[in-house]
Amino acid sequence: MNQDLKEVCKDIRCDVMTCIGHLGVGHIGGCLSLVELLAVLYFQEMNIDPKQPRMAGRDRLVCSKGHAGPAVYAALANRGYFDRAELLTLNQGGTNLPSHCDMNRTVGIDMTTGSLGQGFSCAVGVALGSKLENDGATVYSIIGDGESQEGQIWEAAMFAAAKKLDNLVGITDYNKLQIDDTVENVNGIMPLSDKWRAFGWNVIEVEDGNDTAQVSDALKQAKRFAGSGKPSMIILHTVKGCGVSFIEEKGSANHNMNISEEDVKRAIAEIRGE
Amino acid sequence: MEMRAVYAACLAELMEQDRHVVVLDADLAKASGTRGLYERFPNQTFNCGIAEQNMASIAAGLSSYGFKPYIESFTPFATRRICDQAAISISYAKRNVKIVGTDPGISAELNGGTHMSMEDIGVMRSIPGMVIFEPVDEVQLRAAMPVLYHYDGCVYIRLFRKETAQVFQEGYRFELFKADMLREGKDISIFVSGMLTADTLEAVKLLAEEGIHAEVINVHTIKPIDKETVLASAQKTGAVLTVENHNVIGGLHSAVLEVLAQEKIPAVAVGVQDRFGEVGKIPYLKKIMGLNTEDIAAAAKRAVALK
Repeated sequence: MNQDLKEVCKDIRCDVMTCIGHLGVGHIGGCLSLVELLAVLYFQEMNIDPKQPRMAGRDRLVCSKGHAGPAVYAALANRGYFDRAELLTLNQGGTNLPSHCDMNRTVGIDMTTGSLGQGFSCAVGVALGSKLENDGATVYSIIGDGESQEGQIWEAAMFAAAKKLDNLVGITDYNKLQIDDTVENVNGIMPLSDKWRAFGWNVIEVEDGNDTAQVSDALKQAKRFAGSGKPSMIILHTVKGCGVSFIEEKGSANHNMNISEEDVKRAIAEIRGE
Repeated sequence: MEMRAVYAACLAELMEQDRHVVVLDADLAKASGTRGLYERFPNQTFNCGIAEQNMASIAAGLSSYGFKPYIESFTPFATRRICDQAAISISYAKRNVKIVGTDPGISAELNGGTHMSMEDIGVMRSIPGMVIFEPVDEVQLRAAMPVLYHYDGCVYIRLFRKETAQVFQEGYRFELFKADMLREGKDISIFVSGMLTADTLEAVKLLAEEGIHAEVINVHTIKPIDKETVLASAQKTGAVLTVENHNVIGGLHSAVLEVLAQEKIPAVAVGVQDRFGEVGKIPYLKKIMGLNTEDIAAAAKRAVALK
């Protein structure tokens, strides 16, 4: 299974490079850091059916860091929600795949996100909805580490704990970088785990958030916390731009970067191990 | 009956029929009249505490799960404070969320300038897809609530929460997006919404004494505005007055003039002249803001003189 997931990660990573490369610019760093998480969620953990994207009681994913849309689209396409060829329409006029996630345009997207902080509150609403329907769904929501500077994240954190939404699993993509600099240099969020614990959440820290086995263990553990009366936060220590060394090396400059066709080829060769 | 009591009674009926109707408050359930619903409908009521932005996005999330949320706060917090959430989580995402702001404009009275929204219609009107409804009295509110429930989209309800003068008669039929002709006239068209409607009807009596026959149209739905009715009336009378408990910038005056931009028809505004509010009771605030019956009549005469 692990071996398979590693192949899935390669496919998703290559598709991210290809679709953003086709356009020549995009949010590459924060897409690549999430690939292992998306692979484990869509190919292993989530109760979903690509043939019934609106299936009642399905697990949901709200990618609150909406700019990771291209990575989510690549995962959805590889999972069979839509044709992989559509990925090449990313961010083109009239596309169903806009830069930030849009539930009204893209099959498989559960919530519109893009204005940071809001998606996480929306996910709390989705988790509350699932509790009211008593349908047993798990609601996953990915937030950025920079996004955690938004006050709304902590409003949502407080509410989810107060209302005992233990069907909600938050995941922080803790790659330590944001647009202007490192997160700590811009407006530090440490100690992050302590903050979530203090807000009444179960916290699971993952040392290597770009290792599918570790990610998988964390998601399974979070699921076991259903019934604990507390929501769970998985803090994934990830690498922004993970999997492509020359992109990783750019640091915070890889948040939204230009990329040439030639560099896309180099990136894909590295990902495929050629 | 107070408007908030009518609002809560209407909600209770809807919640009874449809378990997907849910109510969210931000520590103003008592002020909004919804506090009583919490005991009666414990699984359909959620107090989010003093965190309006979170409340707005949670409502959007609930809507994606098939729920029909109503969220409440005072008008400044239900609009300018949640402007981005109303725009993105709610309207851009095409969510069926009803946003209820109470104490519009000068009706915030003793809470003063910080709580006195003069700009809320302007804020919400500039968000694509947002419907804006401002009821005049309990008859209109009661008639509108079931219609708004059936409207699948986001609506901002600008709710005066205390008792009002009765303008509409029992048996009134509410039509969403269709302005109500309250009185026909030939000399000037007066477009009015909300709490100043009764004052406008009083002003019309003063005008009649001077031989001016004013037409009065209640624009309960400020967005989308009933262009047809506005245009037909303005073309018929050849003079326009707008009356609103809101800044003259961005509200009803702006909405009416956007319709009439191509017409050569003089228009005058009674409303808040681009200033913040302050503490005081409604009669005092009407006086200093120029929103009295006499102010309305004088403004109408100015508009007629411009013909």
